[in-house]
Amino acid sequence: MPTPLVEMKDVYKIYHMGDTDVHALDGISMTINKGEFVAIVGQSGSGKSTCMNIIGCLDVATKGEYKLNGRSIKNYSQDELAEIRNKMLGFIFQQYNLLTKLTVLENVKLPLLYAGLKESEQRKRALKSLERVGLKSKAGNYPSQLSGGQQQRVSIARALAGDPSVILADEPTGALDSRTGREVMLFLRQLNREGNTIILITHDNSIAAIAKRVIRITDGRIVYDGPAEGDLTIMHQHGAGEESVDDEKAKGAT
Amino acid sequence: MFAKCFEMALSSVLSNKLRSALTMLGIVIGITAVIALTSLMSELTGTVTEAFEEMGMESIMVSIQSRASTKTLPIEDVEELMNENSDIIAGFSPTVSMPAYMKDPEDNSTISSTATGINEQYLSLKGYNIEYGRELTYIDIERQMKVCIIGTYVAQNMFGGDALGQTLQITGTPYTVVGIIEEQDDSTEGSSDDVIYVPYTLAMHTTKTNTISSYVIYTTSQETVEEAETLIKNMCYKAIGDDDYYTVTAMKSVADSLMEILERMQLMLIAIAGISLVVAGIGIMNIMLVSVTERTREIGIRKALGAKQGSILTQFVIEAGMLSCVGGVIGIVLGSMLAIFVGNLLGMEVLPTASSIAVSFSVSTAIGVFFGFMPARKAAVLNPIDALRYD
Repeated sequence: MPTPLVEMKDVYKIYHMGDTDVHALDGISMTINKGEFVAIVGQSGSGKSTCMNIIGCLDVATKGEYKLNGRSIKNYSQDELAEIRNKMLGFIFQQYNLLTKLTVLENVKLPLLYAGLKESEQRKRALKSLERVGLKSKAGNYPSQLSGGQQQRVSIARALAGDPSVILADEPTGALDSRTGREVMLFLRQLNREGNTIILITHDNSIAAIAKRVIRITDGRIVYDGPAEGDLTIMHQHGAGEESVDDEKAKGAT
Repeated sequence: MFAKCFEMALSSVLSNKLRSALTMLGIVIGITAVIALTSLMSELTGTVTEAFEEMGMESIMVSIQSRASTKTLPIEDVEELMNENSDIIAGFSPTVSMPAYMKDPEDNSTISSTATGINEQYLSLKGYNIEYGRELTYIDIERQMKVCIIGTYVAQNMFGGDALGQTLQITGTPYTVVGIIEEQDDSTEGSSDDVIYVPYTLAMHTTKTNTISSYVIYTTSQETVEEAETLIKNMCYKAIGDDDYYTVTAMKSVADSLMEILERMQLMLIAIAGISLVVAGIGIMNIMLVSVTERTREIGIRKALGAKQGSILTQFVIEAGMLSCVGGVIGIVLGSMLAIFVGNLLGMEVLPTASSIAVSFSVSTAIGVFFGFMPARKAAVLNPIDALRYD
């Protein structure tokens, strides 16, 4: 059996707030293999963002073990974590998070620059990456000259540029209308079919439905881990819809 | 990587032109002041040094207030001192001033000037070379010959250049021009070329004085000036008995104390300009802190994409360094222009020295790097999660 890409064993993230301890993650275990398309779903405050931060090596667990690509992420310095992020992870953010003063090409080159590649190599790989998302012709434009959907595709190109093991998408459709959001999701599914491992963090069930596998988190614990259809079936049984935050809240109340 | 940081810093500086310009202003003003002040001061110092060197840094003036005392300093005393201390004192000459009225050959108007009575050693001690004719001789002195040696200005003005052997009427008495000193300055009125020298014995006779009230004594080198000064003071005290009635002035002591004052003044002015540079540095630090806060999200994105603390630090330090360095260059240009302009007003040819430019450039860059470090450090250690969440 190959080494799993992401492996969490009984991971806790505890914040001290005055006298009380807040368990943002309360003993999470999961295994994600290469080539999977996983949606981590939860309402706000459920701990899904903390979970993403730990998977993305932006944060470290208080307790438990987290292995990325077989490498235990523990006792690393900020700079070492930065290097791991640079080499193994591609981030897609809700707000695209493109640098507005840089051109599209420069934005996509950024992770390659921090990887220390040669200028010519950076350019070659960035253009290839832009070609994959169909925006090679916009390389010289600034992000503000593009539509929201195009900007998000640029940020996908940036995530792909470094050829990472895992693509982490944090609410990638959050700032888009439902049609463009769906296009972006279909594009992510396409990337997954091409062999990329994608982890999606969302609160939106309809978005999660596009993933193959759903991990649902409530109050820092995994309440469901299985095929997307299964999760949604359970929800339907409880009479909840699959569309919006309001439905989620309704579910949380039951 | 460094080049890339440089490029990023440049684009950031350029994207905020007004703010960058205002931030630079402090450095520009400070460096302008430093360059202008140091250039003007060094030119001034140069002029003063030159003036003293012309007078002779080895010379010591002795002057006796003859009215107040019946005692005088006889020439034999000075001669004896020189002979006893030939390793210290190179020579001496009495200097006897004599009013000289001459007729302008062009319009017959009266020129009022001064001739100086000297001995045969004076011109060579002063380092003057005779271009045409000869020097004064012992015979000229001894016999009170009516001869004179003139500067190029007088030769031009009175005789149209060809003066040797001509007769110069000074206050009604005819003097034969026996020598012309080579051009010392630029042959203008009042310069070291506007001079008339006559035998001191003749000058004494003409002015009806029988005591010498003023000597110039030359030491063998600048190093022996102090020693000679003491010897001369002792001699004067022995001859006159009251140090209120004579003054001994070594040119070198005067020059040294004047130089010291000029140097202190320069240091003080630079210190004041330096304060403005420190204030400018704090301005840069302030703006960089604002910039770091404003760009928290950008820093978060860069870190998420794999920027290490060092790259963020370098980027911001270079940005601050660039602001102050460009400000410094502008200051150097403005300061040089100001120095040249003020120099023109004062009739001096002022050029900033290479060393002051080099020092200003490095100081301005160093200020940016120094004051930029703290904000850059703040940016470098930002937590990427918080930075990404920052709006």
